[in-house]
Amino acid sequence: MSLLDTVRDAAGRLTGHPEPGAVPDPLIGKPGAIGRSLPRIDGPRKVRGAARFAAEVPADGLLYAAVAYSAIARGRIAFLDTTAAERAPGVVLVMDHRNAPRLKPPALFMTKPQAAGASDLPIMQDDSIHWNGEAVAVVLAHTQEQAEHAAALVRATYEEAPATLDFEAAKRRSRHPDSVMGEKPVLEQGDAERALADAPVSVDLIFRTPRHSHAAIEPHAVTAWWEDGALVLHDATQVLNGVRWTLADMFGIAEDRVRVLSPFVGGGFGGKGSLWSHQVLAAAAAKLAGRPVRLNLSREGVFRLAGGRTPTEQRVALGAREDGTLLSLIHTGCVAMTPHNNCPEQFTFPARHLYRADAIRLEQSVADMDMLANTFMRAPGESVGTFALECALDELAEKLSLDPIELRRRLEPERDPTSGHEFSSRHLLRCFEMGAERFGWHRRAPTPGTRREGEWQIGLGVATATYPYQRMPGGAARIVLNRDGRAVVSMASHEMGMGTATAQSQAAADRLGLPVEDVTFEYGDTSLPAGTIAGGSSQTASIAAAVAAAAAVLATELLKLAGNDSPLAGLGVDEVEMRDGGIGAREQPDRHERYDSILRRAGRDELVADAKAPPPRELKRWSMHSFGAQFCEVRVSAVTGEVRVSRFLGAFDCGRILNPRTAASQFRGGIIMGLGLALTEETQFDPRSGRIMNPSLAEYHVPVHMDVPPIEVVWTEQPDPRAPLGARGIGEIGITGVGAAVANAVYNATGRRIRDLPITPDKLL
Amino acid sequence: MPILVNDRPVFVPDDARVSLLDLLRDRLELFGTKKGCNQGACGACTVLLDGERVLSCLTLAAQCEGRAVVTVEGLAADGALHPLQQAFIDHDGFQCGYCTPGQICSAIGMAAEAARGMPSVVTADLEATDILLDRDELRERMSGNLCRCGAHNGIIDAIGEVFRGPESAGGAPR
Repeated sequence: MSLLDTVRDAAGRLTGHPEPGAVPDPLIGKPGAIGRSLPRIDGPRKVRGAARFAAEVPADGLLYAAVAYSAIARGRIAFLDTTAAERAPGVVLVMDHRNAPRLKPPALFMTKPQAAGASDLPIMQDDSIHWNGEAVAVVLAHTQEQAEHAAALVRATYEEAPATLDFEAAKRRSRHPDSVMGEKPVLEQGDAERALADAPVSVDLIFRTPRHSHAAIEPHAVTAWWEDGALVLHDATQVLNGVRWTLADMFGIAEDRVRVLSPFVGGGFGGKGSLWSHQVLAAAAAKLAGRPVRLNLSREGVFRLAGGRTPTEQRVALGAREDGTLLSLIHTGCVAMTPHNNCPEQFTFPARHLYRADAIRLEQSVADMDMLANTFMRAPGESVGTFALECALDELAEKLSLDPIELRRRLEPERDPTSGHEFSSRHLLRCFEMGAERFGWHRRAPTPGTRREGEWQIGLGVATATYPYQRMPGGAARIVLNRDGRAVVSMASHEMGMGTATAQSQAAADRLGLPVEDVTFEYGDTSLPAGTIAGGSSQTASIAAAVAAAAAVLATELLKLAGNDSPLAGLGVDEVEMRDGGIGAREQPDRHERYDSILRRAGRDELVADAKAPPPRELKRWSMHSFGAQFCEVRVSAVTGEVRVSRFLGAFDCGRILNPRTAASQFRGGIIMGLGLALTEETQFDPRSGRIMNPSLAEYHVPVHMDVPPIEVVWTEQPDPRAPLGARGIGEIGITGVGAAVANAVYNATGRRIRDLPITPDKLL
Repeated sequence: MPILVNDRPVFVPDDARVSLLDLLRDRLELFGTKKGCNQGACGACTVLLDGERVLSCLTLAAQCEGRAVVTVEGLAADGALHPLQQAFIDHDGFQCGYCTPGQICSAIGMAAEAARGMPSVVTADLEATDILLDRDELRERMSGNLCRCGAHNGIIDAIGEVFRGPESAGGAPR
């Protein structure tokens, strides 16, 4: 070990991050607040209806906005008549492309470090139309009723241009995207097609998944105003700093002239993870009117202006030896996208990391369409990719006369099959063992269609769940230690229901050696140190790494303050740890001084430590993924084809669980969204007009109480030695594998393989 | 005649188009009642009107003249929590908290309906006067209140505990 490595490792004992991941986080295995099922810190506010969301921020002179939407998919506005709207009672102004402030196009997500544009199309800058439902005018009025009435009076005629609106047709002109979230669109190891042709046992299948909508119950909303040329935006967002930077860039003002606040978000699931046009329109209209503006999208408006998950057509082909080991694994396919965005729905990602195969071929294409930009929705790629891959494995297992779990056991790789990296921590088979035992997997009838109670056919299905560990670069945290020994930890991060403030208070308490009651976690405001996107199940790790870095700075400063009159005198930062409300020497229980004592002696009211998280280099060194096993029991009516999910269990391997109560809710939430993906959800897109036909929660069917059985969740509790806190994210893995577990259960119940989602009754009759 | 909102008299708005929901949110700044769809599909705006659950987005404010409206803000005295609000916390019956006020108001109205002997589609005995709110009854009767975070198990557990008692709650494991 070099001298430099030694120094890094010493520092790492305190921070967990010399070279990120090289030394396990010292909090792993340490008793404390982490692991306790604390109730949500914001629970009382939420149950009282006292949590303030973006559309609920009072403002003097507030104007209400309503949007008029285009009725064509592509072309230009030939004639726009806003006079009736302008004359309608209560209307203050109508904004359209002729009077909207001149703005740069939004910088597309991933093209710059803080870029958050869902698309790089200009927003209301000219008469061109790019999708059916694009905003053509925004009306501002004194009340919402007045604004909506006036928006209905806006008259537009169009010159239509030919548009690509049919996925089937668009697929024939598909292309490879430049990258699939940083990975190459084509990955080949060996000659997988040849190996497939030569394999003694094989399946070669096509799967289709439809468009999906996030359908968060809180519609996207902003309340915006300008003060002396600076913008204040109360937003419902998962990407505070991205919205700030991108808006500042569009309006041509300094980043610090934009403040975005979002302390509560009424569900996101990726749908609020970008800058969409409505935030820009609200800010522009507020600037034009010189007054605060509230734009609370209608439910239809959410479907028209904020994109969802794109449709996929996937091929999975598996060639196996008689013992089940894979000679060939092929996963290819195409999704709809636009030339103006970059969300290729990475459905091949599970196949890159899950199973051992002699030859692998993965390929993703995109078909350009004239539609609202699609975007990431809970486990983009993995949710629909595991549907295809895990159904195909079920079909292969049947051909091999193998139990589906046994097949997966035989495919377990030693190292990551495509990167060759060592897994940081992988306990997939343990998930199957735990789940099978608790769920009663042995009761599954190997022959489909053989269990029946009256009209109800009963079946069990299983599938692998997986989602990558991710940690985003660019985060920073601040710790303010007060004279009374309490700490305030802050970072511009997000709470959409994950329990961020609760879990992060627990983590910070253990990091600082404080009781959790003495730690406050502040978030949701860009005036705090930079946060990272609440997406990719990354936020927990991103915050934890920044807080650990700030804690290391704090420790260094505390040792300086402590000076020679302290029991800590002479100790270096690598010889101490934060414990029992202060700093103490490692392995010397008596050598310790409390924070309040250090600050009081130094005559300080507070001590502030700021630090940036180290770049997420652990992602380059190890294959870091979460795993799970999803078990489903369905009852299928032989009369109506109705599928009822009667039992469900998810067993997960996600590293350390910070708060079992909130974690269980995250897992269940993902599973329930997966039940919708499996059985009911489809955003219907008219291939003639390009218009979304069911922009409503009455016609876009999310699971309701009656659709949700008791869901059991268990976990391996194996900490990941390469991740901060030993924890990998848990927000998205819950939805993965669910579609396949349901479809495989439906097959076991009925003998029918449904490869097109959702599994609606018509497909079973 | 004014509308009584959480025991406070409120004048009926001049504009006949104003829904009870927009009256509460835009004019009274009672933001606890949520707007999820404004078309009666999600239940987030559920409030109690003369003790019955209604969708405030589909109720015109003018219809409420002389009637009593209770919103989530009016369920408990200042600082206190209604037992159902506490049960939602105990059972983690929410994540983002946006559908929560509607779920809670709806559950209170639902329990009153059941107590009056109103059957649901899963009630076996339509003439029963004493309806046991088992898990299926609760799931059926609460299905008009959507939750997208997936807190359904906790919501049903919380409602079951308050309106049926903890011994028979039959909660979701773990």
